[in-house]
Amino acid sequence: MPIARRIFLVLAFVSAAAGRCAGTDPVAPAAMQTVPAGAYVPQQRSTKDPEQVPVAAFRLDTAPVTNADFLAFVTANPKWRRSAVSRLFADTSYLDHWAGDLEPGARAPLAAPVVRVSWFAARAYARWVGKRLPTTAEWELAAAAGYKTATGKDEPDFNRDLYAWLARPVPEVQPTVATAKPTLHGVRGLHGLVWEWVDDFNTAMVTGESRADGGLERDLFCGAGAAGARETSDYAAFMRTALRSSLKANNTTTSLGFRCAQSIP
Amino acid sequence: MKTSRVIPAALLALALAAPAFASEGPTSVQGPVVLPPDVQALPVEQAILTAPPHVPPSIKRKHAARVVVNLEVREVVMRIADGAEYTFWTYGGSVPGSFIRIREGDVVEFHLNNHPSSKLPHNIDLHAVTGPGGGAASTFTAPGHSSKFTFKALNPGLYVYHCATAPVPMHIGNGMYGLILVEPKDGLPPVDKEFYVMQGEFYTQGGYGASGLQTFDMAKSIDEHPTYVLFNGSVGSLVGDKALDTKVGDHVRVYFGVGGPNLTSSFHVIGEIFDKVWTEGGMKYAQEHVQTTMVPSGGSAIVEFKVDVPGTYVLVDHSLSRAFNKGAIGMLKSSGPEDRVIYSGKEIDAVYFGSAAEEGSASAKREAELKAKIEAEIKSNPAIASLTKEVQLERGKQVYMQSCFACHLPDGKGMANVFPPLAGSDYLKADRDRAIRIVLKGLTGPVTVNGVNYNSAMPPQPLTDEQIADVLTYVSNSWGNEGPATTVDDVRRVKNETH
Repeated sequence: MPIARRIFLVLAFVSAAAGRCAGTDPVAPAAMQTVPAGAYVPQQRSTKDPEQVPVAAFRLDTAPVTNADFLAFVTANPKWRRSAVSRLFADTSYLDHWAGDLEPGARAPLAAPVVRVSWFAARAYARWVGKRLPTTAEWELAAAAGYKTATGKDEPDFNRDLYAWLARPVPEVQPTVATAKPTLHGVRGLHGLVWEWVDDFNTAMVTGESRADGGLERDLFCGAGAAGARETSDYAAFMRTALRSSLKANNTTTSLGFRCAQSIP
Repeated sequence: MKTSRVIPAALLALALAAPAFASEGPTSVQGPVVLPPDVQALPVEQAILTAPPHVPPSIKRKHAARVVVNLEVREVVMRIADGAEYTFWTYGGSVPGSFIRIREGDVVEFHLNNHPSSKLPHNIDLHAVTGPGGGAASTFTAPGHSSKFTFKALNPGLYVYHCATAPVPMHIGNGMYGLILVEPKDGLPPVDKEFYVMQGEFYTQGGYGASGLQTFDMAKSIDEHPTYVLFNGSVGSLVGDKALDTKVGDHVRVYFGVGGPNLTSSFHVIGEIFDKVWTEGGMKYAQEHVQTTMVPSGGSAIVEFKVDVPGTYVLVDHSLSRAFNKGAIGMLKSSGPEDRVIYSGKEIDAVYFGSAAEEGSASAKREAELKAKIEAEIKSNPAIASLTKEVQLERGKQVYMQSCFACHLPDGKGMANVFPPLAGSDYLKADRDRAIRIVLKGLTGPVTVNGVNYNSAMPPQPLTDEQIADVLTYVSNSWGNEGPATTVDDVRRVKNETH
């Protein structure tokens, strides 16, 4: 679909430009932690993809962006307010739970993570504060850490909390970021709070017919979904991949927020 | 490829990212299908959806239609057992999901609506759909979104539908399955009652009946060790007040499916025989007079039976640990007049003593009389009597060669000064009852045989009365010995003599 592709490219440039121009008065810089260099092993990959993706050390916000943070952003950038945002950049449920354009209200406590934000909005915010969204590789590397070790999936406590969160329906009102337990790198809420946007979310190799997700093969069905997967028993990773691949860049959901990252020069 | 790397230049990242959702994105929307005029001309109707155990009314129309199905995905906390809850992922708020009923040849406009409160994306693979993924890719839907696709129901049958989003075993294991019935063009024969039952298993971190909100257990799921195996999503979903309700004389049809994700069901209704089973949900043939029908995971069966007598009929997976220990039990109740010829109910309850029947009971006496008659009959017939001795000799030889020959030796001569001889033994010949007694009770101490003293020990032989009679008949008529046969009566007489 070359026409669609061109349109999206244009939109992306517009978005980026908007973000850059609008930044005038960022909020107080959020706390960040350094995540040491490592390797990310993709959940799904085609035969041509490398087995591991090296990830350089980077800085990551210690908590997801809150309603208070986002309020400052929309206050300074009127075009990202709920009533003003273009439908191309955010769908109709964008900030739908807020009481008003500049009023988060009772269903969006200031200290709770902001949700119902699009990828475009998240990227614009990140640029406004002089940061960027983490890549999938960065996010997954940071999120692999448990409470005590670099591989959380081998920690029973960590796993129990992770799957308990996955088993709970989305709460009416999100809890504050302080309720999330910090992991090894001093980062909290990568699991157990909200889903988070990543910069390259749409590279996830899931077609929606998950059983067909054997890398780039689209004609594999049923159990074949596991064919291209590195580790078929990491259900939580499958769920994150599925969620990312279900989204379009202007989508928003009741449990999807974001946090920012920075490269280390 | 779109290898993930740290790319500081935002524009470069955008350039890489943008084509992805245009060409390969999850929801490569192809736009509405252009229906040909004859399809457009079909009447449009909204599908009636029902929660289990209810089934939508049968289809009366004799022509195709455009049927609009609106199915909502909701993640909801519901009871799985008394005191225990579970976050079920549902089609329409129930487990199994809403029952969908259409007709062969219908063109279905399917809307999958993922509720905004959902944590995850979901989709649907309808086994009634002909086309890749059964609709899975076309219905992959983010939380708070809606997808639409169209399919034509080419084949009649009872089909399972389920979620096909990764990790699939977890989506199905959380309750994302249901049934869609595609009625054949000529419809199904009318019945009095129709029910909707599906089996599925659940893998929870707590054990069976553990209280509180239970969490999905990935390890149990991968090992296929379910905590619960359930009909219609909870322990007791079809029990007591919720039992399937019928009347005597009703023709009953159960649309039965297995969501899985893993187990096959041996579906059985205790006390009923299925008059008909449309095995595997196919519509071509119905097997008749079936006790238990096997229903695969992701498969179905239609079972029909007439309720002849009142009472409670229990639905089980006849892999019975699942019924007894994991919850796979449902009930069908039937009220109405009894028919005691078909089923009498309990007629008598009396004390029973098993094989150690009371001596002197009527039955034991009758048996003894009959046995005596048989024996008298045999004895009074000389031909049989002589044959009897021949038979005894043959059998007795076998007994001897197992129990006796080791000491008395195969030729009956014994061992000098240790084991006395049987061949030509004056001691044996002198007292036949004594011989019986020795075999029965053994003999220890000094004894003189043919003028030679022996002082040894023979243990009692663990032989039946018949074997003793046989072996003594053999001994008394071998190696030159001659004598009458020893009978079982002789043995018993000696056995019962007072000490």
